[in-house]
Amino acid sequence: MKIVIPVVIVLLTAVFIIAGTFSPSQVGIAVGEGVGTSFTGSSSGGTVPEQIVTAFLQNVQRRNWDGAYSFLASQNKSDESTFVRELGGRDASLRTFSTLSSWDLKPMHASSTDAEIRATLRWSTPVGVVATVRDLKVVNEQNAWRIVWPQAQLADAPAQVVPVNYLRWDLVTHAAQDWGNSGIDGPHVRIVSMNAVSYNGGSVIMGEALNEDTVPAFVNVNATLVGKDGKQIGEESSFDKILHVLLPKQVTPYRIDFPDVDLQTVKNVQMDIKTTLVPASADPVIGVMNQAIDTDAAGKKVLKGQLLNQSGQIVNTSHVIATFYDTDGKVIWVSDGYVDSALYPQTPESFSVEVPNSIAGNAHNYHVVVNQYSLERS
Amino acid sequence: MSTRFILAAIVGFWLARMCFGQELTPPQQVIAGNSLSIPTSGSGDATFYLFGPGSVSQQTVHLGQSIELNGNEISTAGRYVAIVCSDTCHSANFFVAPTAPASLSFLAHPSRAMVKQNDSISGVVFPFDKFQNLVTTPVTVNFQITANKNSLFSRAVPTRLGVAWFRSNSGNTAGLVLLTASVNGLYTQRALQLVASDPCNLRIKAQQTAKGVSVETDPVHDCSGNIVPDGTIVTFTANSGSGRSTVDAPIKQGVARAHLTPSGTTVISAASGVVMGNELRMDVKR
Repeated sequence: MKIVIPVVIVLLTAVFIIAGTFSPSQVGIAVGEGVGTSFTGSSSGGTVPEQIVTAFLQNVQRRNWDGAYSFLASQNKSDESTFVRELGGRDASLRTFSTLSSWDLKPMHASSTDAEIRATLRWSTPVGVVATVRDLKVVNEQNAWRIVWPQAQLADAPAQVVPVNYLRWDLVTHAAQDWGNSGIDGPHVRIVSMNAVSYNGGSVIMGEALNEDTVPAFVNVNATLVGKDGKQIGEESSFDKILHVLLPKQVTPYRIDFPDVDLQTVKNVQMDIKTTLVPASADPVIGVMNQAIDTDAAGKKVLKGQLLNQSGQIVNTSHVIATFYDTDGKVIWVSDGYVDSALYPQTPESFSVEVPNSIAGNAHNYHVVVNQYSLERS
Repeated sequence: MSTRFILAAIVGFWLARMCFGQELTPPQQVIAGNSLSIPTSGSGDATFYLFGPGSVSQQTVHLGQSIELNGNEISTAGRYVAIVCSDTCHSANFFVAPTAPASLSFLAHPSRAMVKQNDSISGVVFPFDKFQNLVTTPVTVNFQITANKNSLFSRAVPTRLGVAWFRSNSGNTAGLVLLTASVNGLYTQRALQLVASDPCNLRIKAQQTAKGVSVETDPVHDCSGNIVPDGTIVTFTANSGSGRSTVDAPIKQGVARAHLTPSGTTVISAASGVVMGNELRMDVKR
């Protein structure tokens, strides 16, 4: 009896070692990576093309560009520098601050020679998760599955001189301690419309604000929800769903989300707009071209278009906010999205923002504004 | 009987001397900063206290002589209480009035106003003496608004309880205006910016270029003919078969310009704030 237990333990240990040695490998998924992600096509499951795409994406996730590049098919192959710029970003664009956090793979087509897989990539960015969808073609190349990754046509502004007449506002504050002679009135900004709707069990407050003044304003809109018993049940600000720096006569949409407050419980909404006089610049001017409501690859309604930086400096990060109106001109939805590429002078860059299907049917008109962040100015 | 009466009279006289012998008789009205002499009656040493709105002091005085206060001790206007204590204490009140105005506090509002707005400019003056006491006696304040040395508004307003104010319409011409308030040679000035009102009769013109359509406004004025400030946003919108294009362009040197990239039959419009401009229809070939 004294030696039975040690013998059993030794045998069990040997069995576990053998079982572990021959069981499917999880090598390649490092500890800490992919936490909370769905490795639908991990190397341990799925078809071979899915396993290849998964291995490729794991290399992208680690920013192991050489490793990822080795999974590309030779046909129509992107050069490595363009490939790295496409996936890793450049010029302090949002992508350069992003990490691939998770992905979903959906086989669209498969044969013995090729396959097509729709990859939904979720990037973790400083402004939240940004999802992109890419259809990947995988081909069997000399008994090895490889991903077809054609050369991307990345925006590249030609060398040029762009004349810009800079227009900016500076603040001069009075140094003397003369009572009544120290202040400049704050900018006059008015909320011109407000609408409250129920969305996914929560409430959304949205509308537009107009800078009626002749000076730039830093603007923030706050909303307080009051319940039927007269007590406050929620208070939120528009956070980034607003153009914070508003030039004279400029209109900004705003949207304030209360995901946990049912609109039925709200008796009253108290709006509060806070404005501050700030130094500002009227440049760069960003045009929003060829806007149209369309359906994306996943079947969702989106507002698509192109951003055109009409100034001479690179815009590192741009944020698109779209306002949708019904036939009466009432704001029925505000949607936003970040563009993960930098905007180069005079070079169009595509964008799309999601529109709920229920809104897309009623949207008679829309207006798009662009927030921009440039490292040179920050 | 007569002896008792005489004794009672002596005691009464002695008590009365105790009670009324250290009387203070300050003047009822004193000007701030002027020295003051308060006569006293009685004899012997006493402690004198002076409580005022801005100070408290104590000194030993000789009853029967005047108490001398220098101007610094009574520089704050208001009600003072003077107390002298020997065996008992006696008090008297007096008021210190402000002296002549030495400075003006001038609150002008707003610092920026649109042209042609009724009652949009206001100013309030508080006259103060050299000790920063509010001068409550009526003085006449002359208000004046000037632009390019031309007087737009002038009014003399007497103060009531230390305040004088005016309200005025803004002028028709944008630019810097000066608000002046003066009292007996004292004057103070505030600057106010009159700015153009909303754009009026916003008109655009467009020209097809190799890259699309170049569109610009005519010089943008308000309804009084003032040029709208640079930086004011004009939103250009082009609706065409390729979708909608919009550009929020700032006015520079009176004109807003933008490049649009429509194709086919296109309707181009412009708006600034809540003001709409004209529409252009053109067939864009690219």
